[in-house]
Amino acid sequence: MTAPQANRLAADIGGTFTDIVLETGSFRHTTKVLTTPRAPEQGVMAGIGQVLDEADVAPGGIDVFVHGTTLATNALIERKGARTAFLTTEGFRDILEMGFEKRFEHYDIFMDKPDPLVPRPLRIPVRERVSGRGRILAPLDAEQVKKIAGDLKAAGIEAVAVGLMHSYAYPAHEQAIRDVLHEELPGVTVCLSSEVCPEIREYERFSTTCANAYVRPLMSGYLHRLQNMLDERGVNCPLYLMMSGGGLTTLDNAAKYPIRLVESGPAGGAMLAGHVARECGIDNALSFDMGGTTAKICLIEGGDPERSRSFEVARMYRDSKGSGLPVRIPVIEMVEIGAGGGSIAQVDDMGRINVGPSSAGSEPGPACYGLGGDNATVTDANLVLGKLDPDNFAGGKITLVPEKSNAVLTRDIGDKLGLEDFWPAVGITEMVEENMANAARVHAIERGKVIGRHTMVAFGGGAPLHAGRLAQKLGIGKVVIPKGAGVGSAIGFLLAPLSYEVVRSRAVNFSDFDAGSLNSMLDDMQEEALGVVREGAGARPLVTTRIVELRYVGQGHDLRIPLDDRPLVQADAATLKARFEDHYREIYGLTIDNLDIQSVSWSVTVATESDDPAQARNPAAIPMERLNGSRHIYDPGLAEMADYPVYWRFDLQPGAEITGPAVIAEDETSTIVPAQFTASINSFDYIVMENRGGGSA
Amino acid sequence: MNANHSANALEIIHQQVMWNRLIAVVEEQAQTILRTAFGSVVREAGDLSAGIYDLEGRMIAQAVTGTPGHVNTMARAVDHFLARFPVAGMKRGDVYVTNDPWLGTGHLFDFVVVSPAFAGDEPVALFASTCHVIDVGGRGFTAEARSIYEEGIAIPHMKLRDRGQLNEDFFSILLANSRNPVEVKGDILSLVSCNDTGEARLRDMMAEFGLKSIAPLADFIIDNSRDAMINAIGAVPNGSYRTDMELDGYDEPVFIRAEMKVADEEIVIDYHGTSRASAYGINSPLCYTEAYTCFGLKCIIAPSVPNNHGSLSVFRAVAEEGSAVHPVHPSPVTARHVIGQMLPDIAFGCLSSALEGQIPAESAGSIWVLPFANAGSNSAGGAGANSSVFNVMNVGMGGVGARPGKDGLSVTAFPSGVGAIPVEVTETESPLVFWRKEFLPDSGGPGAFRGGLGQVIEVGNTEDHPFTVSAATFDRMRNPARGRDGGRPGITGAARLASGKEFTDKAVHTIPQGERFIVELPGGGGLGNPHDRQPARIQSDLEAGYITEDGAKKDYGFSG
Repeated sequence: MTAPQANRLAADIGGTFTDIVLETGSFRHTTKVLTTPRAPEQGVMAGIGQVLDEADVAPGGIDVFVHGTTLATNALIERKGARTAFLTTEGFRDILEMGFEKRFEHYDIFMDKPDPLVPRPLRIPVRERVSGRGRILAPLDAEQVKKIAGDLKAAGIEAVAVGLMHSYAYPAHEQAIRDVLHEELPGVTVCLSSEVCPEIREYERFSTTCANAYVRPLMSGYLHRLQNMLDERGVNCPLYLMMSGGGLTTLDNAAKYPIRLVESGPAGGAMLAGHVARECGIDNALSFDMGGTTAKICLIEGGDPERSRSFEVARMYRDSKGSGLPVRIPVIEMVEIGAGGGSIAQVDDMGRINVGPSSAGSEPGPACYGLGGDNATVTDANLVLGKLDPDNFAGGKITLVPEKSNAVLTRDIGDKLGLEDFWPAVGITEMVEENMANAARVHAIERGKVIGRHTMVAFGGGAPLHAGRLAQKLGIGKVVIPKGAGVGSAIGFLLAPLSYEVVRSRAVNFSDFDAGSLNSMLDDMQEEALGVVREGAGARPLVTTRIVELRYVGQGHDLRIPLDDRPLVQADAATLKARFEDHYREIYGLTIDNLDIQSVSWSVTVATESDDPAQARNPAAIPMERLNGSRHIYDPGLAEMADYPVYWRFDLQPGAEITGPAVIAEDETSTIVPAQFTASINSFDYIVMENRGGGSA
Repeated sequence: MNANHSANALEIIHQQVMWNRLIAVVEEQAQTILRTAFGSVVREAGDLSAGIYDLEGRMIAQAVTGTPGHVNTMARAVDHFLARFPVAGMKRGDVYVTNDPWLGTGHLFDFVVVSPAFAGDEPVALFASTCHVIDVGGRGFTAEARSIYEEGIAIPHMKLRDRGQLNEDFFSILLANSRNPVEVKGDILSLVSCNDTGEARLRDMMAEFGLKSIAPLADFIIDNSRDAMINAIGAVPNGSYRTDMELDGYDEPVFIRAEMKVADEEIVIDYHGTSRASAYGINSPLCYTEAYTCFGLKCIIAPSVPNNHGSLSVFRAVAEEGSAVHPVHPSPVTARHVIGQMLPDIAFGCLSSALEGQIPAESAGSIWVLPFANAGSNSAGGAGANSSVFNVMNVGMGGVGARPGKDGLSVTAFPSGVGAIPVEVTETESPLVFWRKEFLPDSGGPGAFRGGLGQVIEVGNTEDHPFTVSAATFDRMRNPARGRDGGRPGITGAARLASGKEFTDKAVHTIPQGERFIVELPGGGGLGNPHDRQPARIQSDLEAGYITEDGAKKDYGFSG
């Protein structure tokens, strides 16, 4: 974003807390306030007030404000969006409810599919039909649309989604409907599928469009209220919104396509990890973000997180693919599993310890909080194993009660498996670490990567406790733990570029490749993306990234292949095929001879150029004396409790070097340095842990 | 606290960690196949499987991704391989293959590939994987063949790779017999490579935990799973329970009769008395019969126990040789799912008298495959002037039976894991146009809990040319999904021309130029007496149009 010496403000509204970060030059002020769900702008403003006071910065002195929020996600989960109608081609009103027509849990006869956002009476058929090749088989009847508009008005509809067959390529009928609705229903939100998600496959396109319409009145109202409060408060800098794809956008655009904001928090985390990777010169990074309810894992190459366009919001069964609403939006590609500090451990019918996905949350929280929690959680296990300091948890705000942890661990795990003493806790941590390792391995394999060649960047309250052990399991030789792990997403917002991605479906068999027509489509897309980014970008240099999704004809999965930064030429049919085959071979170990390839979608992203960050240095080592006593901690190598020296993170200067085993404690969490690792502090005060035996790969 | 307890505790924990690891390894294999496979059956339906076995051929873990039809079939397939190729003779780099329906997974389209995994010089485990390849010659994916010889190329047990050297003779014969040789080779190579990945990952795990053999781990997994199943069977009262079902069949009705015998440690379903095998390819080989029978039992009795030798060992299916649920060579079996996928309802039927009030009503069952082609495009000589040659497949799902306390799912595959194929995709690959794909009101069986709705699909051609559709897999046109506990049946399926002509047989039908084809998919059965349905539910069904006013009156005696 702007120059680093400016005053830059970020706010991340999560389910429980709103995190505020103010960076003034090289200093960072942070605070956490409770989220105020009914009027989230109040929590944001309160938090802003706190950091401004602390930093002694006037509201008018803020240069930029970046904001991310789970508000849209929550509205979708709780089904608290606008009263929405869906206009669709006659004969297809039930596509939205039929969904994928399959069961995501084979053996559970009681499973239900997600309820559609728009119930059947509000899914209105419109007489019209365009063929897959653009022929008008039935013309649109404007009079019928007018009549429908009258009915919608009478029904008190607040938002209308319009999704017609083949509109991703032939949007004229949708546009005509919009014109009529604007005329007849002034003030009512109208979203077209050809604008929100111009991609083939009717269910996903309709679902995305309805989700956008459903949250748009709410989000638009919230964003404009926030803008007003900021104005009143004298905060008159530009406001940007964090999107799930890792880029920022303007308030106007966010208010138009709020569905693109759903995963902004995790995206912020990934942007932070990408930045840390660039600072530390890490080519292949594995971002590991572990909080209270989930762990998120993401691969980062050359400082850039991997991206995709398929996402599911509001899953009814956490962790179950298919139990949510599909949305096709740009997102950071990551796996999220139900493994966090609050995840609950139980023994199943096979005598196996299962951890998560259900979570004790922050209230009542783990048993050791003493707030009435009666389940054995990962945090309880960490406490019993000595990894957490009971008297200094959350900066001393909560005193943990190990006796309560021991009681639930014995009752729920130990008694059932014949495990005594601290062993139930070992079972839980080993299992949760194994689950995270498996998720990371499968994710890497799916992307054709060798996980042991990555460096881990760990943040979020829980990650430093588990990062060392997880690295060992994955054969990863090096772990970096940046500062401010607890507000990582908000920090990441300040690192994101202003950007916008435009995607279109266009199937082209490469035997019929026509550079000319593709170039004109790509030019249009670039104009559209520029139109969104230009206003906010000012004079900053812009970069364009163009990607095509390719597959072998007949295959179901496609690979994202970058295009060169120039118009396509006829010879690119061969160049791109070669590029596709190289990538295919890298992932799957073979290629299919004599088979044509096909494009699925084309994507153009315009973004402000990211500055190259200053490079971290590793100052000469200063061996550390033991500083803060020791703690009795479970050592997986010895398979017993052992004394670990404890260091206070903020006493450690750049260059400090600590030979594991050790604990580096801070307010929000503790970093466990396993026996095989050496930890050092780099010039940015990051902890860098290295396995003295190297990685496995 | 003593060293003994520590060692013990650590072992208990490690065994659990390794169990999870093995499930992750086979899941990794399955995901790889899913992404690389050709053909919509694998892609949309997950018609694939992957598993790891001990040296006795006992399945230790199987990927969750996949379809129920591969569960028991894969478990048995490895036994058959070992009978032909004992472990003692296996060398590092060997890989074995077959698509024999009786030794594999039930029809020629499924290739099963088995690879021994070595740690050092010793074999330690076997990996097996399978997927439905796009074409094996013969008559293609229809039920028209009168014997296995017409269904395509059969590959008996053989070596696919010998100490690292691929068997090129195998490939040249296979590829010469497929309409899509390039894709078929791609699919089979991907099975080979995913087994190799499994082996590498197993070796990593054995090194990490210092294992020389996985036999103790296999015992731990199998014993625990079996114990959990036996415990779950305890909820089903011992005894003998019967049920039966009539299906349309291809050219004549098929009667399925079953007796379930519940003992302390085993449930056996015996299909004695079931019709003889059909002359057409809808027969379900015993391995496939067993897969869907056990699937039905497991859904009710122990849905969360992972599939492995231990959990599967407590359920069995037996049948008379030569019957429609145990056809013998050379009976045709390509569309085995037409009968096979009705069998979970047989298991439910048996269980309904043992576990009253806990069992769903019957479902539409096997999906309707809708293979459309340009008239003339499948024969030499072509399609005629000014028309495109096309050959596309869509699928139709009906309604699922009502469940205790819940209505049935509308337009959802059960028991198959097949998903919808988007209309826009089919329309881009052909000149067809779908005029309607909508819920069919009043199609769900009335009951206190209503059966899931079926759907109506209406298809025309944008070109002035006739097209064809094969009705081979359309069942429940005469025999509806029945209700239970006082619930009524869902509607039967139908196929016709928009102008009125009904198609009642399973032939390949031609839709004349300018005409439209209409299919109505069957609804699920209802559960409980319709008069006990809460008025609020009837009212909201009416508002949504799931039922009509006439339907409300006729089926529920409801007039608002």
